[in-house]
Amino acid sequence: MKTIKIEKSQWASGLEKASKAFRLIGPVKEKEFHSFKPLTNGAQPDLTCLNTRLSPKSLVYPQSEVMFNYSLDEGREDHHQMKEAAKDYSPKAVIGIRPCDAKAFALVRMNFDTPDYQDPYWLRAYESTTWVGLGCTSPCSSCFCTSAGCGPYHEEGLDVLLADAGDHYLAKILTEKGATFIDAAGWKAAAPKDADKALAAMRAAAEAKITSFVQTDRLKALPNNDLYSASFWEDVSFACINCGTCTYSCPTCWCFDIQDETRGTSGVRMKNWDSCMYPLFTLHGTGHNPRGTKLHRVRQRFMHKLKYFVDKYDKGIQCVGCGRCVRLCPVNIDIRRVCNMMNGFAASGEACAIE
Amino acid sequence: MLSYTEKIREIAGRLLASGAVDMVIGFRQGTIPMMNEPHFAKTPAEAAKLMWDSHCGINLANYLTDRKERIGIVAKGCDSRNIVTHIIENKIKREQLVVIGVPCRGMVDKRKIAMKCPGEITEVIENETGLTAKGNGFSQAFEKKDVLQHNCSLCIHRNPVIHDEMVAPPVEEQKDVDRYADVRAVEAMNPEQRWKYFEDLLSPCVRCHACRNACPLCYCPTCFVDESRPQWVGKGQDASDVRTFHFLRAYHCAGRCTDCGACERACPVGINMRVFTKKLEKDCLDLFGWEAGLSPEVRPPLDVYRPNDPNDFIK
Repeated sequence: MKTIKIEKSQWASGLEKASKAFRLIGPVKEKEFHSFKPLTNGAQPDLTCLNTRLSPKSLVYPQSEVMFNYSLDEGREDHHQMKEAAKDYSPKAVIGIRPCDAKAFALVRMNFDTPDYQDPYWLRAYESTTWVGLGCTSPCSSCFCTSAGCGPYHEEGLDVLLADAGDHYLAKILTEKGATFIDAAGWKAAAPKDADKALAAMRAAAEAKITSFVQTDRLKALPNNDLYSASFWEDVSFACINCGTCTYSCPTCWCFDIQDETRGTSGVRMKNWDSCMYPLFTLHGTGHNPRGTKLHRVRQRFMHKLKYFVDKYDKGIQCVGCGRCVRLCPVNIDIRRVCNMMNGFAASGEACAIE
Repeated sequence: MLSYTEKIREIAGRLLASGAVDMVIGFRQGTIPMMNEPHFAKTPAEAAKLMWDSHCGINLANYLTDRKERIGIVAKGCDSRNIVTHIIENKIKREQLVVIGVPCRGMVDKRKIAMKCPGEITEVIENETGLTAKGNGFSQAFEKKDVLQHNCSLCIHRNPVIHDEMVAPPVEEQKDVDRYADVRAVEAMNPEQRWKYFEDLLSPCVRCHACRNACPLCYCPTCFVDESRPQWVGKGQDASDVRTFHFLRAYHCAGRCTDCGACERACPVGINMRVFTKKLEKDCLDLFGWEAGLSPEVRPPLDVYRPNDPNDFIK
């Protein structure tokens, strides 16, 4: 695939053209922070956004999504039958997604697209989307993507990678989907000859700005039970209030709950985000709760992301280092600290130093 | 206020060394600017991690619920009022506690500082009167009074109402504070305007329940929004379910809320849900002359019957 040049003077008109074939979505600032919103009536994506407050996972995986409709009206022939809810899977393009968030979809896909099971809602929404990413020139001080299997110009999960080169963007087209989008926008100026070199330099400069890291090299080899029984979990979990901020802001948290809601004789079957921080997440019908305390729940979140996922897929940690949970946790529980404590755990059973 | 740190460590170390308490609950230095982490110390050595500055806004009374140990707890004015409320509501016993009182000059609102800075803040340095926020290419000074949490700017109970130790002499309480201007503004709206105001206010809510969970008053074993048999509230993002959660949560805090601001501070999407609890706080003051958590000896108005109740309907 090739790299092209998009003059910034051609940016808005290109998006306008592309909007005829794609529903455009981009970061928009409302009140004090950015979120991904449909770009209707010529609204422009705000590419000065460092990153959106919440992750863009809801674009593929809404917090609350109707799967089926049903009627309990026995006068109807189709009563008590689940009918698939109408959805709009027409092509959409997400403009200005950060490489960390794009990579996060690739991690989530491992869970929602397996040989045995496919989540049709997630997959259809994901496949209908073209991901036009924007390389980070100013990573936040709490970003730790480079040590979380990602980076400010990481390409995994993207169809196009944009790099801001002053008066123009360099656009690296990474997939057929990306090429289709670029065609629809009508951008075709050839990139300067040294574009690849320029991109590499921008990538290196951005990577050098990342100052925060996690160590993950020992996680896989550590015995599960030792880590599970480590003494530091009381210290780690003490401050936790068991809210859903970390899991709801996380681009890689994927757990959901299914609910039926009936009003009168009609109803819906819906899936809603759920959170391993909530006591009801694991409450059994018997009343028994295998994760009955917050220590259990906090440990589960970190063990899942940093150990079980690593063991199951051998593709690194279930975290892209976007730093949202670090910035948003109301009580400052910091996954970087916990990851480093886990990675530094002494398998002899001696507790590692609590930082 | 910065000198409090040494005094807190000294008191905590002494209490732990003498065996007067099993643990001391306070704050330790956070990992990002303007955030600290609630922390427990069980040994004098761990007490050396305790600290204090203007970013200790989390209400530590929340960490006392149903604990069985003997606990030393660092408490600013609002924390102490919630400790009193916990004692009244039998969530902790007075004799389990050694309250380490912190006279408070208010906590700062990190969002106010962030919104006034041109870029990401990487360091905040505090001195006795103000703070300086630094980032890539900027350094901006703030007077503390300009960046206080809204509830702190209205607070008239900065000194702990109960304490066994004090880290410093009491601070002067704020006087002539108009505490309910925002509530009156909402009261003055007509129903349509008010509905619209609530709709806008709650539209970013993701129902992470951080407001509820940061609140020391919310300790029900199973909250009504989580209950599934019977299910009182839908689990999705339907606006009526979101509103039901916020309105009912507020009502459950009536006569109990100390306006500590933990809810607003915890919210990841910047919702000022305090406007609901403040209305009820104002009603309790207007109707019963009541402010929550000032004394363990007095029963709250909503859990007591008095023959001289001013209202006729109850007689």
